[in-house]
Amino acid sequence: MKRRTVLAGGAAAAALGMTRAAWAQQETVKAGFIYVGPKNDGGWSQHHHEAALEMAEHFGDKVELVIQESVPEGADSERAMTQMALGGADIIFTTSFGFMDPTINVAAKFPDVKFEHCTGYKTADNVGVYSARFYEGRAVQGFLAGKMTKTNKIGYIASFPIPEVIRGINSAYIHAKQVNPDVEFAVIWAFTWFDPAKESDAAQALIEQGCDVVLQHTDSTAPQAAAQKAGDVYTFGQAADMAEYAPMPRISSIIDVWAPYYIERVQAVLDGTWESDNTWDGIGAGMVGIGEISSAVPDDIKTEAEALRDSIASGEYHPFTGPLNKQDGSAWLAEGEVADDGTLAGLNFYVEGLKGDIPS
Amino acid sequence: MDLSAINPAVLLASLMVASTPILLAAIGELIVEKSGVLNLGVEGMMITGAICGFAIAVQTGSPALGFVGAAAGGALLSMTFGVLTQFFLSNQVATGLALTLFGLGLSALLGQGYVGIKPPPVGDINLGPLADLPFIGRVLFQHDAMVYFSLLLVAAVWAFLKYTRAGLILRAVGESHDAAHALGYKVVWVRLMAIAFGGACAGLGGAYLSLVRVPQWTEGMTAGAGWIALAIVVFGSWKPWRVLIGAYLFGGVTVLQLNLQAAGLAVPVEYLSMSPYLITILVLVIMSSGRGRAALNAPASLGRSFHASS
Amino acid sequence: MIRLEKRPQPSRAWSYATPVLAVVITMIAGGILFAFLGKDPFLAIKTIFYDPLLGEFAWYYRGQLLVKAGPLILIAIGLSLGFRAGIWNIGAEGQYIMGAIFGAAVGLAFYPMEARWLIFPLMVIAGALGGFLWAMIPAILKTRFNTNEILVSLLLVYVAEQFLASMALGALRNPEGSGFPGSRNLQQYPAAANTELIAGTGMHWGVVAAFIAVIAAYVLLKRHMLGYQIRLTGESPRAARFAGVRPNLLIIFCMGISGALAGLAGLFEVAGPAGQISIDFNSGYGFTAIIVAFLGRLHPVGILLAGLLLALTYIGGEAAQANLGLPAAAIQAFQGMLLFFLLAVDVLTNYRIRLRRTEAA
Repeated sequence: MKRRTVLAGGAAAAALGMTRAAWAQQETVKAGFIYVGPKNDGGWSQHHHEAALEMAEHFGDKVELVIQESVPEGADSERAMTQMALGGADIIFTTSFGFMDPTINVAAKFPDVKFEHCTGYKTADNVGVYSARFYEGRAVQGFLAGKMTKTNKIGYIASFPIPEVIRGINSAYIHAKQVNPDVEFAVIWAFTWFDPAKESDAAQALIEQGCDVVLQHTDSTAPQAAAQKAGDVYTFGQAADMAEYAPMPRISSIIDVWAPYYIERVQAVLDGTWESDNTWDGIGAGMVGIGEISSAVPDDIKTEAEALRDSIASGEYHPFTGPLNKQDGSAWLAEGEVADDGTLAGLNFYVEGLKGDIPS
Repeated sequence: MDLSAINPAVLLASLMVASTPILLAAIGELIVEKSGVLNLGVEGMMITGAICGFAIAVQTGSPALGFVGAAAGGALLSMTFGVLTQFFLSNQVATGLALTLFGLGLSALLGQGYVGIKPPPVGDINLGPLADLPFIGRVLFQHDAMVYFSLLLVAAVWAFLKYTRAGLILRAVGESHDAAHALGYKVVWVRLMAIAFGGACAGLGGAYLSLVRVPQWTEGMTAGAGWIALAIVVFGSWKPWRVLIGAYLFGGVTVLQLNLQAAGLAVPVEYLSMSPYLITILVLVIMSSGRGRAALNAPASLGRSFHASS
Repeated sequence: MIRLEKRPQPSRAWSYATPVLAVVITMIAGGILFAFLGKDPFLAIKTIFYDPLLGEFAWYYRGQLLVKAGPLILIAIGLSLGFRAGIWNIGAEGQYIMGAIFGAAVGLAFYPMEARWLIFPLMVIAGALGGFLWAMIPAILKTRFNTNEILVSLLLVYVAEQFLASMALGALRNPEGSGFPGSRNLQQYPAAANTELIAGTGMHWGVVAAFIAVIAAYVLLKRHMLGYQIRLTGESPRAARFAGVRPNLLIIFCMGISGALAGLAGLFEVAGPAGQISIDFNSGYGFTAIIVAFLGRLHPVGILLAGLLLALTYIGGEAAQANLGLPAAAIQAFQGMLLFFLLAVDVLTNYRIRLRRTEAA
């Protein structure tokens, strides 16, 4: 027992201390994924998992997949990552914002292992970050919502008041307002990413108060079901296509498309060309997918929406283009000015016209 | 702020739907506690019922069979608790908590093939002209069968406890298991039946979530509803009609806070979200203040293990 | 017919043998479950119970065992005192959250001062105070209005969770965090960090506090008048009253001490392993600790062992997930089974099994 301990300790020191100047080419890769929710949560974690499986299938024998689901943020996630790194993982994808500091901590102990953290902002030599510009998809949703609403009241089920969600609300509002100046937004902060019963109630409350389009930034299909029951209410799929609710109430969706990125990054590990990156891709790069616009939408509106999508994809148009004022009326972006990524990354205010306060 | 957008009839109608899962679970737990048993595993039984009901409804295409299966699943799981606490005399609080842990795990295992599926729809009952009555029609007569079933169940439980001999025995067992035993009643079997009933009701409540209110299956979808059901039993001081009021009040506050938000009321959301819990505590305090345990109507043997020493 | 006969004294031999028996039964039942899921049952059981202790990476896992068990033990010790006296604090999760918030808030208020000798002790006091005050709500409602403490303490968990979210998004949000939720990372603020005392061992102040709590509780129950009063109240509230126990004072004491210990656990977690206040900072330690308290038979040494055992199933379970592809749900069900069996075999400690003919009964 004693001896074993000593030996293991020695191995540890070697594992922790060894560094390589450059990554070498590899025959096979062990890729780890850490999810915050169950891998079949029907939303965020499931999408990462499906993309991981797609990536593994793409590489066949060359990739061994290890996953850990329902990992709480904090100390538990740090252990899960260490466990994977000790187990010989070459690259570990940590797919929740709350894993940011643990990822940095563990990465410092395993300079040989590459880490990819989703939706964070801290990088290191062996830590890259990636996220998607979901607000680009929100622009298309906002456009459709503005066109389709008859009551001019649009409901928005928000999760937590963080920049990502606030970007989505602003982007949707700006584009709804552009095509329908009378439009009003009612925002419900659910303070959960996932609570089907509460999401259902929230959708219900919005619909009862006259909203005939409901956007959601929570992950379950409960709002879709509530809208379907109400009849003439439009919704959009979130994270997943939610095509089972098409053509009504779901008229389009924002889909998280991670697989190409995972394939690219694992390929880089195989080639020995992996470098820390800061990827923030949108519709153009294919990280944000716009689900099929359903037959419930008139053809001319559908064509316009697709044109908007394509102009965002090509980079011709940026969803946050001035003139735009902040909620309090002060100027934010001048005519033709485009928001810079730094401001967008930390966006914490509403644009002019939105009512209510962001909880803080 | 536009409070006029909140239609009271619609609000009342949706609070009935929102409250039904916790009402079903709470009325089951009321019977369990009346028999002197405290089962903290409601959450675990609800979620197990949610997946059993969902799976069976999807497989057979019949929501009705789904609800039957949910009740059976909940009752079956509750028997784990029943056997442990009644035959092995384990501590009820700890066993109940373990039941919740086990139920959450088991349901997730059972549900692995049912994610992302739409269950067969549960229609509203057609009550003909009643549904067209102004106000009342919208509030009371445009619901699915389970809403009415839950109300009937409350009435049945009330009548059972008040008027039947079996109800009297159940209460006797809950008040003093030693005395009931001395009178020749089979304390353990009465309690087992009560636990099974509680499990079945919790299962129905869970299935109402997965088949009607949400409707879909996802891990952990009950999200704490079982704990609320437990609180409501005490809130209702072990009286069926008060449990009904408690469930509707809780559902009402939840629905109302979302409606107030939608109407743009400038109250910090975190505090609004706390409000159902704080209001429940406040009511608990008011109900219990200045009176003893007897006035609170708590079964005297609640939570105590029974072992016939003779 | 099988009958149970109450032992005059709990059997000492069985009280040692039952946990082992339960673990063995769980291994068999769990093995069947894992085999049913298409995994090698022997490998799975070895991964869960053997590898973290003696496997290849045990040098890492043994430390993690302490990190995971520390808060569980610390909270469970506090709860066990109340449970013994029939005072049911089910809301340790909420007290844990409040302790973390209070402690972190004090630490963050001093940022970036460097007086560790001042700041860290103040944080510890604030953490204990946070948990204590949160537990005082059900305690005072109980003594003043006779309100059921199980429910109030439980409901307050949900209130604390909302409060946590509002703190992570508002008052305690990291001003340099580009608008993201969550506080500054206390691990990166040396004056406030609850660092490992010996690198690589997992031993931090929270684990030390847990060990101290175990010893203190042992002494209290064995030697102190208060411990006697607690035990007496649990066994016979009426006798306790005749013996001069003041029930209200005892409620305040038991709730307070369990709240303070839960708060401490929260503080040590937030300043150490977790590092920051975030929306989902709490991960159920407060509830799991209730189970730990019962598995440990409400005995300090038992709780110590139960905490370590449960921590082992967590850590081994994670390893089984990553290495064998077992779903997290299977681990959860496995833990549930372990608890069931532990609770079930306990009957042998207090009762004797007798085979009797029916007519004799």
